[in-house]
Amino acid sequence: MTNAKDFEPKIVAFFCSWCTYIAADTAGVGRKKYPPNIRVVKLMCSGQLDPQYVIAALANGADGVLIGGCHPGTCHYSKGNYKALRMYKLLKRVLGDFGIEEGRIRLEWISASETNKLVKVVTDFVGQLKELGPMNWPGKLSFFDSELKEATA
Amino acid sequence: MSEVTLKIDDKEVKAEKDMTVLDAIKSAGIDIPTLCYHPGLSPAGVCRLCSVEAIKQGRSRIVVSCSYPVEEGLVVNTKSPKVIEIRKMLLELMLARSPNVKVIQDLAKEYGIEKPRFRLEEEKCILCGLCQRVCEKIGQNVINFVGRGVGREVKTPYQMSADANLDICMACGGCVSICPTGAMEDTFKESTMKKPIPIPSEFEMGLTSRKPIYVPFPQALPNIPTIDRSKCAHFVTDQCRICEEVCEPKAINFDQKEETVELEVGSIIIATGFKTFDPHMSPRYGYGIYPNVYTSLEVERLLNASGPTSGEVVLRNSGKPSSVGIIHCIGSRDENTNVYCSKVCCMYSLKLAHIIKERTGAEVYNFYTDIRTPGKGFEEFYNKILEEGVHFIRGKVGEVTDHAIDSTEEGKLVIRVEDTLMGVVRRIPVDMVVLAVGLEPQADAVELGKLLNIQCSSEGFFMERHPKMAPVETFTDGIFLAGACQGPKDIPDTIAQANAAAAQALALIDKGHVELEPNTAYVDEDLCSGCKVCIPLCPYSAISFDESKQKVEIQGVLCKGCGACVSACPSGALGQNLFELPQIMGEIKGITRVLPEVKT
Repeated sequence: MTNAKDFEPKIVAFFCSWCTYIAADTAGVGRKKYPPNIRVVKLMCSGQLDPQYVIAALANGADGVLIGGCHPGTCHYSKGNYKALRMYKLLKRVLGDFGIEEGRIRLEWISASETNKLVKVVTDFVGQLKELGPMNWPGKLSFFDSELKEATA
Repeated sequence: MSEVTLKIDDKEVKAEKDMTVLDAIKSAGIDIPTLCYHPGLSPAGVCRLCSVEAIKQGRSRIVVSCSYPVEEGLVVNTKSPKVIEIRKMLLELMLARSPNVKVIQDLAKEYGIEKPRFRLEEEKCILCGLCQRVCEKIGQNVINFVGRGVGREVKTPYQMSADANLDICMACGGCVSICPTGAMEDTFKESTMKKPIPIPSEFEMGLTSRKPIYVPFPQALPNIPTIDRSKCAHFVTDQCRICEEVCEPKAINFDQKEETVELEVGSIIIATGFKTFDPHMSPRYGYGIYPNVYTSLEVERLLNASGPTSGEVVLRNSGKPSSVGIIHCIGSRDENTNVYCSKVCCMYSLKLAHIIKERTGAEVYNFYTDIRTPGKGFEEFYNKILEEGVHFIRGKVGEVTDHAIDSTEEGKLVIRVEDTLMGVVRRIPVDMVVLAVGLEPQADAVELGKLLNIQCSSEGFFMERHPKMAPVETFTDGIFLAGACQGPKDIPDTIAQANAAAAQALALIDKGHVELEPNTAYVDEDLCSGCKVCIPLCPYSAISFDESKQKVEIQGVLCKGCGACVSACPSGALGQNLFELPQIMGEIKGITRVLPEVKT
């Protein structure tokens, strides 16, 4: 078992190109520091996020997924962030059914100017994932494998 | 309308039939003294100063010209010995009644009367009745003449207000402002128990008052007066209309209203500017508590040659300052208010220091955090001010107080400051304090931002598309920024940005076509099942259903590339250029393979 202190979570982040992605960019210009655990995938809009991206990220070894969108009412495409919120709530239930902890995915509204919020959210999320420990996707799904074996046996 | 011809002072004058002799005299450009006459009010003929000699069919009579109608063939003498003698007598009597009233003194002097032969009285009111007539015209009828003969005076009927505030009086101040002698000011207070409420002039930063009908500021575009509907008596009582009668070209239109004009445009330039920091928010600087604490904009008006004091530095208690303290960074670079530097205050404070010193010879103290002079010729100007002997004290001011601890501080404002270069706390007594207020975004900037779908930075200024590469554009195509709405900046920077914004907007127009982003969505018809899930998701109505094929279609021109439809498609029939599924999956696989490098 990995020591919680040594464990560095891998986070895949999906950021909207109009707000959170710019906030991340501006944080860099402002030389603001936050844990380097996140890897950002730029999307046009948080509403563009396909739930399979999140599952793929977790299946490929990410310990958590962070989704960044515009504050309600400020979406560049008028309602994309609401679509993301709807998807997020459903996805959480689906992942929960697979035994994946709720705290592994997180949706945040971060506007382009809120670099401090971005820093806070990332730092906070890394801490949260350290508490949860590594994702261990194969281990989580071993229950289904054994059930499948029993059924076919 | 028919015209009549009359002779005034041997001059043929043509006049409308319904004019009075005084109107005809004035239209002929002849000047005669009047006291109770007002072009917007009905004539009263009580002062009788406008008396003239009217000769009709050879018979001469002395008539009051303000109420005598014109007649064909009338001969009028305005300066005949008989008329002059009567006017002199009237003025002598008036001067005896009101020896301390300036209008009467001036008129009497003009007619060579130094000292009246009658017993002197101490009366200010000359009973011209202008106040009563203006109040009647406004439709309130609060005041009227009371008593007869020597007991005649202007009062409220039955002295109603002696025990209570008079409800019908709106305290509009019409009577006070029309009174030629200044007598009404006292009468008004005594008889209505009210005080006229002046309307502070917005342009003069409230240093003077304005009328309900006013030109907003010199060089206003268009440079014509406007009526303040919330203050104009006509919109309260539905009467008055004095301005309409006085206006010769008949240009007053009470029906004009603010209107909302809807325009369809191709691009928008936002140039909504800034507002200055409200120093009431930092009460330790004494603004609003001590009358001689000013904001920089108020001092700007005081120093302006066309301002309320014609450029003289006159304090609110009408003195001239011998020492002035200018406090920098009010509402800038302050954790309690705004953390950012307002950029322009250092330079305008130096300018104010220069002009105040030049005009008054006062000792000028600048209390600064840092002097910031990054601009062409700015540092040279700062050096010049230093050479002029303006004092610079580095330190943030703790408070402005009138609490004196020794005789040098009596009656002065004391600025308490830590001089960080000397390392001591100092008390500087001054006569006048100028607060160099910083720049803030407009109060409704966030609201406007939401309307136009552009974002505001944490301070509330509009965000540009990129701080270095696209400082004029916004996140919304076709909307550009100019000036202080994007961040504090001075005039040259604002003009440079405004020119850039105008050029960008023109470039869009000139091109004649619009360039679209390439990241649009498309349909793979082989996979589309025609479930129509995507259709209500599109905010631009770019997706339609082809009944014959039973598949959806995407209009590439309408699609903005948000990708909402792509992620929702259950059969994977929708794809998006630049955001293809294999691309994103590859990206996810790639970045999950890399381990985070964290130094312990």
